Amino acid sequence: MARSMNMPPARFNAREASKWFFSHGHTGWLGLKFADQGDNWVELELPWREDLLGEASRPVLASGPIISLMDMASGMAIWQASGSFTPVATLDLRVDYQRAARERASVRGRVECYRRTRSAAFVRGIAHDGDPEDPVAHVAGVFMTIGADPRTGNKALKGGANG
Amino acid sequence: MADRLELPAYARSLGITMTGEEDGMPVLSVDFGPTVEGRPQHFHGGATAGLLENAGYAALRTALLAAGRDPQLKPINITVQYLAAGKSKPTFALGRITRLGRRNANVAVEAWQDDRSRPIATAVMNILMV
Repeated sequence: MARSMNMPPARFNAREASKWFFSHGHTGWLGLKFADQGDNWVELELPWREDLLGEASRPVLASGPIISLMDMASGMAIWQASGSFTPVATLDLRVDYQRAARERASVRGRVECYRRTRSAAFVRGIAHDGDPEDPVAHVAGVFMTIGADPRTGNKALKGGANG
Repeated sequence: MADRLELPAYARSLGITMTGEEDGMPVLSVDFGPTVEGRPQHFHGGATAGLLENAGYAALRTALLAAGRDPQLKPINITVQYLAAGKSKPTFALGRITRLGRRNANVAVEAWQDDRSRPIATAVMNILMV
């Protein structure tokens, strides 16, 4: 089938979008990595790093980078669920810490978008350091769609098959 | 007071510094740059949360030092409210102790940019002290 300029944009794919997302900016600095994805969920990895410690006395990741991990996994879960990269803004994000991550352990964040409305998206997820049945933290959040920004295009799709 | 506080590796690595004091509590700030950028020319929500969280801990440490206490701090939870987009300029944050108990503390934090009266994000933190 011939492709015209009016062809629909490629479906958002978290695995492909990660190549661009994690190449720069805050998430690039953190060194986030794509781990896994489903229809409405995304799992990302925050690798262990010495300079992300929360306290000098224990080699345990600070909680701040874990919020960044969960915030990013939340946004990507929303795009994964909707199929399109429409800018969203975090409205409210809550993180409940069950326990500290193990020493020198990477942390994975798995977030699902369980409900979308015209203007809001609801997410929930866990952070774990190896065993999803024994989470480091639970997270719940609400995001608002902020409308397409014509200045930026769908850069997240550039790594995709139709990019 | 503030000079007795030391920011954790994560805060220093992100570029957070202690820039002042308000009501006896340290004001933390971070300049805009690649380490905090999310969508183009805006703070990443996670970076804003990191600044809020560090300001919360700095406030609690300050209050504990004043009380002659030096416990280990463990996060219980944090709820962040995002009120306005973080633009490409310096961001400041200040924590206030709502309740300082024996085992846990409740801390409210707000972050702002050039208009002190217009916060871009707030947070409430519960912190366990052991």
